[in-house]
Amino acid sequence: MEMTGAQILVNYLEDEGVEHIWGYPGGAVLPIYDALDTDAKKLSHILVRHEQAAVHAADGYARSTGKPGVVLVTSGPGATNAVTGIATAYMDSIPLVCITGQVATSLIGLDAFQEIDTTGITRPIVKHNFLVKNVDDLAITLKKAFYIATTGRPGPVVIDIPKDVQTAKSNYAFPQEVEMRSYLPVTKGHSGQIKKAVEMMLSAKRPILYTGGGIILGDASAELTELTHKLGFPITQTLMGLGAFPASDKQSLGMLGMHGTYEANLSMHHSDLIIAIGSRFDDRVTGNLEKFCPYAKIIHVDIDPASISKNVLVDIPIVGPVKQVVTEMLSILEKTKLKPDEEALAKWWVQIEEWRATNCLGFDTLGAKIKPQAAIQAVWKATNGDAYVSSDVGQHQMFTAQYYPFDKPRRWLNSGGLGTMGFGLPAAMGAALAFPDETVVCVTGEGSIQMNIQELSTCLQYGFAVKIICLNNGVLGMVRQWQEFFYERRYSMSYMESLPDFVKLAESYGHVGVRIEDPKTMTAQLEEVFSEKYKDRLVFVDLIIDKQENVYPMIPAGAGLNEMILV
Amino acid sequence: MKHIISMLMENEAGALSRVSGLFSARGYNIHALTVAPTEDDSLSRLTLVTSGTAQEVEQIVKHLNRLVDVVKVLDLTEGSHIERELMLIKLSATGDLREEYKRLADIFRGDIIDVTTTTYTIQMVGQSKKLDAFIGALDSGLILETVRSGTVGVLRGEKCLHV
Repeated sequence: MEMTGAQILVNYLEDEGVEHIWGYPGGAVLPIYDALDTDAKKLSHILVRHEQAAVHAADGYARSTGKPGVVLVTSGPGATNAVTGIATAYMDSIPLVCITGQVATSLIGLDAFQEIDTTGITRPIVKHNFLVKNVDDLAITLKKAFYIATTGRPGPVVIDIPKDVQTAKSNYAFPQEVEMRSYLPVTKGHSGQIKKAVEMMLSAKRPILYTGGGIILGDASAELTELTHKLGFPITQTLMGLGAFPASDKQSLGMLGMHGTYEANLSMHHSDLIIAIGSRFDDRVTGNLEKFCPYAKIIHVDIDPASISKNVLVDIPIVGPVKQVVTEMLSILEKTKLKPDEEALAKWWVQIEEWRATNCLGFDTLGAKIKPQAAIQAVWKATNGDAYVSSDVGQHQMFTAQYYPFDKPRRWLNSGGLGTMGFGLPAAMGAALAFPDETVVCVTGEGSIQMNIQELSTCLQYGFAVKIICLNNGVLGMVRQWQEFFYERRYSMSYMESLPDFVKLAESYGHVGVRIEDPKTMTAQLEEVFSEKYKDRLVFVDLIIDKQENVYPMIPAGAGLNEMILV
Repeated sequence: MKHIISMLMENEAGALSRVSGLFSARGYNIHALTVAPTEDDSLSRLTLVTSGTAQEVEQIVKHLNRLVDVVKVLDLTEGSHIERELMLIKLSATGDLREEYKRLADIFRGDIIDVTTTTYTIQMVGQSKKLDAFIGALDSGLILETVRSGTVGVLRGEKCLHV
């Protein structure tokens, strides 16, 4: 059927099964917005207040559902505003398709109004990008974009569409298949390597599973849980992997790394075998590479060969989808007569329990001020530990990772790789759109929330009943913590003067504002916030916390996993 | 150690910048890079010379393979291969030097392809080391201009890099 490029785009998205698109109109995408009006049937468009938020919201939608997020922004500033969001998704391997308008092909390169080299700017922060110069190529390019974004190691894909391509006509039929000789994601791990890995696992004396966001992206939580139970090994998860294995399970040692638990980091340090699955030996996990896990052999399962032996040399690399590889490990374990070394494991667990007994996440509950740790625990209780929780970046993010134990995957939405302040609220909008009947919490700070506060308006328009827990200590907490530890308490620019009255601010946007500052009333107040009373309302909780509180444990930069500061 | 990495890429706009961008973003060296279409219009052949430890070069190859426009990557240096580079070098050639440069070019199997009353332009093909040696044999003050193509190479024998 003959239609314009803009209509092809809208019809393609419908045929692809896309339900929602996040965006902001502008000159170079007006034909597409017109086609949304004339051609969209099931496809809904959510109008954000800033393009960065559109990308984060699509990202939050993708993280919470597993489906690709879709974004539509205009050329020039629309595209550059989207850049931080795209980079955030790239660093955490989130599947996104970001459609950007471009000036007409005849104007490209002439410094036209709102012209920017979008494919050039986004090239280092996308899995791939396209500039569509011919309307005949549009449908197949969209097909490729969704295919690339969602397969292999997922990631964002940008499609730049000049305005004249949006208005030019072509015949449209949904491309059923796509084949790319230059893009062939791995679908199966090497069986010989998997067998060798299982043998190594069964002969280990002090093994540990170290898993990451790849488990969640690869939908392998059930398989990982079965494997962990079958082996009886301890498991630690990265910031990105939280929820893939239930935190409440006794085999879970919690998060590892810079702000990980004592038991997780010491178990890693003293282990003789690390089984890394869908994790990437990030510097926030390994600490000083020279001192990293000196006694351990390493098995590394990852879909991206470039992630293997990038930071740490491994003994058994396995390139493949984590779900398939773990399933094959399970079937080998089913058949083999070999058993894990029970005696050695029992001894290993005794040692681990000793480390666990230090109760490294214990904190002082006395005092007239609310402790941030206590606040997160209270939120966990009030939400039965089952909310979708997004966070921004800083101390509150680490407190949430530590004190809101996740038992399910896709519940914890945070910018782990890029560390983007301003991510939390729009990401929560993405989850709220996908799961309107579930509790969605955004844990933030008074610094981060102001980086995308305008989205309170979007939340009102679409009825996103996000519960914002703003841990307000009046300072940029993580910056202040580093200045206290490493810069002799020179608190350069970490103090936020002239903060708004967040309660009134929320009210002026048409939402409910609540201030909590008394430890004695905190629990009751939070329970009210999460009660039926506010089920359909966005509640902004300005939660005043102790300014002096730091995130512990902590591994200072340059130290090894066994050199933690506990308090 | 120097490695010659040869690859086939989709002949798409922007493909070259994906490769060069990868090298600059990840801090890898490019000593030389050359790219041109092949007998198949849809493919370009890119050859680049880089250096690093075996582990670094392995990582470079993995990252190159990850680029969507890259179809095949091969580290030629891993196996038996042939490599060549083309150089055009313009020399100030007057008096006795004219005869001397002609002899020197013959020794290195170079051809004088352009002559004026005061200059010679010599064309020379060979391994990069040979071109370096020729330059080393000249008085650097008399070299007016040097243009080198960067190394290209193929595997020896019947083995080929193809789709």
